[in-house]
Amino acid sequence: MATVSMTVNGKHVSADVEPRTLLVQFLREHLRLTGTHVGCDTSQCGACVVHLDGRAVKSCTTLALTCDGAEVVTIEGLAKDGRLHPMQEAFRDNHGLQCGFCTPGMIMSAIDIVRRKGHDLDEHTIREELEGNICRCTGYHNIVRAVAAGAQAMKGGEPLKKAAE
Amino acid sequence: MYAFDYHRPKSLRQAVNLLAKVEDAKLLAGGHTLLPTMKQRLAAPANIIDLNGIAELAGIERKGRAVVIGAMTRHADVAESPIVQEAIPALAELADQIGDPQVRNRGTIGGSIANNDPAADYPAACIALGATIITNKRKVPAEEFFTGLFETALEEGEIITRVSFPLPSKAAYMKFPNPASRYALVGVFVAKRGAEVRVAVTGAGADGVFRVGAMEEALKARFSPKSLEGIKVPSKGLNSDIHADADYRAHLIGVMARRAVANATGKA
Ligand SMILES: Cc1cc2nc3c(=O)[nH]c(=O)nc-3n(C[C@H](O)[C@H](O)[C@H](O)COP(=O)(O)OP(=O)(O)OC[C@H]3O[C@@H](n4cnc5c(N)ncnc54)[C@H](O)[C@@H]3O)c2cc1C
Ligand code: FES
Ligand code: FES
Repeated sequence: MATVSMTVNGKHVSADVEPRTLLVQFLREHLRLTGTHVGCDTSQCGACVVHLDGRAVKSCTTLALTCDGAEVVTIEGLAKDGRLHPMQEAFRDNHGLQCGFCTPGMIMSAIDIVRRKGHDLDEHTIREELEGNICRCTGYHNIVRAVAAGAQAMKGGEPLKKAAE
Repeated sequence: MYAFDYHRPKSLRQAVNLLAKVEDAKLLAGGHTLLPTMKQRLAAPANIIDLNGIAELAGIERKGRAVVIGAMTRHADVAESPIVQEAIPALAELADQIGDPQVRNRGTIGGSIANNDPAADYPAACIALGATIITNKRKVPAEEFFTGLFETALEEGEIITRVSFPLPSKAAYMKFPNPASRYALVGVFVAKRGAEVRVAVTGAGADGVFRVGAMEEALKARFSPKSLEGIKVPSKGLNSDIHADADYRAHLIGVMARRAVANATGKA
């Protein structure tokens, strides 16, 4: 066993884990933050995407111990004071989900797209940037619309945290 | 994934000492090849030495007529680097085409080169640009570094620290990605530096990255896509799989090479 400490959704957490524990297992099984999903476990689908020091990463392909001292944000950390994040709101407004399994990863990736590419996103850019996220239900059409709308809605919000160097 | 012991050195020297001391150890960089391999139980190291805590291994600098990139530099950082974009835009574009955004946020140049996947992108850039792979022990020319399928010149206890890319006068990378994995079905990196021209192909060779001498000669005479017309790459020694057979890959090499030259001369 080894001790790992990190900040998850603004809270300091610490636990003894087996070294082979993946970040996604740590989040789901130790912290019971089950909004982060495992779709493939082979780093293809993006259902497990969280922010690690401000950047979107696949938590099924990251060791929990590698994240010692890091700051992690999951889908549960987005809503503030009982209000959904503008990107979450945009997915609801645009019917950007059906079964919802891929949605947490889509939303975490979408916020990372805004960090890197800004608020004015054309359809082509969004489709390219969602390369690492697979949805089996929607056919992507409404997801793309939701990301564009969410990016706009994030204008004037708090400045996006720059990824740690 | 089988159990292992975990080590997190804070300096290169600590990492080198650990590597010499602990049995059956593997270095962990971005983990985007190693962890999937361990999940499949194709690798089961007893010890993992995590390089993510070693700040000195990451970073990009311009050193005279070369760009030097630290082994732990993520693909996204190479793609977004103003230094790389200015000095070797083709290299920034290559990094921006690796996998998907999340893979680029974790994967590192050192891990990619050490792994030498026959469909990886960086090996083509290293060969075409005439890069030097710098380790804790020595400097290895790219030409001598990639020795075969998933094989490199790295010895026991050796850690890649940096990769140095001399500046080309013209360069471009053209990739035909496998639509599912995003790895290169065929990728061609073309670079011109002084009188020297190199054409390096990834994704196609059964033994990994290789150069196409006939194309290089033709381009030395005249650096234009026209010079490549009629040059056929033999399909012998190329990969055949469910995604593409050897003949198709041979054809794609010609197409990608012509597009790369057109791009490098600004006529794309
Ligand atoms: C979905 C997906 C798509 C991908 N698509 C592409 C693609 O299109 N093109 C492409 O090129 N790659 C692709 N990759 C691979 C990706 O670029 C990997 O990140 C890369 O191959 C390995 O780098 P890493 O930092 O993750 O290394 P790791 O997985 O951590 O390590 C890989 C190997 O290198 C060794 N190693 C790591 N660092 C060093 C060092 N400094 N010195 C010596 N040995 C070291 C490790 O011990 C291990 O054996 C993809 C991966 C995934 C999961
Ligand atoms: S569960 Fe991580 S990418 Fe699919
Ligand atoms: S909404 Fe069902 S997988 Fe995307």
